[in-house]
Amino acid sequence: MAQEYEVIIGMEVHAQLLTRSKMFCSCSADYVDAPPNTHVCPVCMALPGALPVINKAAVEATIRTGLALNCRIASFSVFARKNYFYPDLPKGYQISQYELPLTTDGWVEIEDDAGHPKRVRIRRAHLEEDTGKLVHMDGYSLVDLNRAGVPLLEIVTEADLRSADEAYRYLRKLRTILRYLGVSTADMEKGAMRCEANLSVRPKGQKTLGTKVEIKNLNSFKAVRDAIAYEVQRQVRILEEGGTIEQVTLGWDASRGRTFVQRTKEEAHDYRYFPEPDLLPLEVSQEWVEALRETLPELPDAKMDRFVREYGLSRKEAWIVVEEQDVAQWYEAAVRAYGAPRQVYNWLTGEIFRYLNEANVPIDEIRVTPEGLAELLRLVDDGTINRNTAKSVLQEMLATGKDARTIVEEQGLAQVSDEAALASIVEEILAAHPDEVRRYRAGKKGLFGWFVGQVMRATRGKANPDLVRKLLQERLNE
Amino acid sequence: MALTREEVEHVAWLARLELSEEEIVRFQEQLSAILEYARMLEHIDISQVPPTASVLPMRNVMREDEVRPSLPRDVVLANAPEKESGYFRVPPVLEDTE
Repeated sequence: MAQEYEVIIGMEVHAQLLTRSKMFCSCSADYVDAPPNTHVCPVCMALPGALPVINKAAVEATIRTGLALNCRIASFSVFARKNYFYPDLPKGYQISQYELPLTTDGWVEIEDDAGHPKRVRIRRAHLEEDTGKLVHMDGYSLVDLNRAGVPLLEIVTEADLRSADEAYRYLRKLRTILRYLGVSTADMEKGAMRCEANLSVRPKGQKTLGTKVEIKNLNSFKAVRDAIAYEVQRQVRILEEGGTIEQVTLGWDASRGRTFVQRTKEEAHDYRYFPEPDLLPLEVSQEWVEALRETLPELPDAKMDRFVREYGLSRKEAWIVVEEQDVAQWYEAAVRAYGAPRQVYNWLTGEIFRYLNEANVPIDEIRVTPEGLAELLRLVDDGTINRNTAKSVLQEMLATGKDARTIVEEQGLAQVSDEAALASIVEEILAAHPDEVRRYRAGKKGLFGWFVGQVMRATRGKANPDLVRKLLQERLNE
Repeated sequence: MALTREEVEHVAWLARLELSEEEIVRFQEQLSAILEYARMLEHIDISQVPPTASVLPMRNVMREDEVRPSLPRDVVLANAPEKESGYFRVPPVLEDTE
């Protein structure tokens, strides 16, 4: 039998914090649309003598995140200098945290590949600053320092992940938590959340760890999954052929779908961390922590459990509406307005999700309110329209922003429940199709649905389907 | 506690200093002497002393999260030897590949 292999993965995530100003100065941290070098001051461009001052909101966002990740909040925390030279780093060092980070020893729950709950341990979540941006030209480079000094949260797991899919699910979960907290947009495509993976492979049963490689530049969820899957395959192939894995830093080339070597061990960094002498330590009191705990929203796991309990959804179903906070809010508002959580769930995850995907808009931008959906469903309940008509009315509501009742009136979509009127239509249909009537009566009962369809078509879909079926039953079986 | 030649070269590289052969030898001696001098600190018992992060008696010096005006860009770029379209222009930075 072929040798089985075990993959050991740890993740390092950097998330930009959504503060108004930068980490250590009062320049705007909203750099995305700003012209180059317009959000820059003596502190973040590292002019001699300029001194940093800690942004309180960034510290609080870090503590709140630590609490949401079940971390211990350090009562005493220190910033440190991480020394290296790179043109996007004006000071020649990054202010980060090393020995005494703000938060440590937490966990995030995900599903493992067998679908069981699993805790991914968080080693630390600490505060640091982002670097500037480089633009590479032909023969030279350009530097924009608007991003330099934007607060960054670094979240490091223990090596608890065992597959590319687990890593993917961990990241998605982390993004959801950060967004619920409102501390980061966690938008990977825009660089607000970046990710590195440490990975090693060993034959199953072997005690010692395999050689660890680091994969950088993973800037989409797909890249994370693809790069890890590729690298596992690559390493297993090398081990199968009796080769050895080199300890290297890899990049991910998404267009070619392969990893490439960025740095070898010999060039490993030597950061010479030491306590940042320009900043004073932080003392985080229990009262401060508790006050921040009060500000936490209902977190995704708790909301999922509650949706399972209160609305009778399965965990998987609940997660589908919980993963995005705005969707969860929309769902709950619709359930409040209408009742019937299961029905609301089906409409939301069916018709409305389809529209969100096709139109590529977030739920808070659609033109149907939860109350609007409730009104539509009540029109079905009281027999004004049938289910199929309701679907097209909803499309119209999404497209025009009109309410259900207006659309039904304007387009004359009210269901025909007038028994005499429907009976005469049924007569016409039967008279027009004597062959089918004969075959049905001779035992081809499958034609019944076809008759229903004919009547629905004759009424442009407005007939009350229950009534149509009843009338057809009576006439065909007499 | 003599510093090796490789250690001197490594420290010089970290500081992006180019040392001549004569300097490497001289700094090896001088840096070793400095380390030897500092070594007397090892005789002090600090097992009960937490590592010092700051000698000032203050803690939690923070600012509120408020935006203030940044510098005008011409001032930001005033001392740049080279600039282009509002950017600092620098020698080519190779993505750390190969």
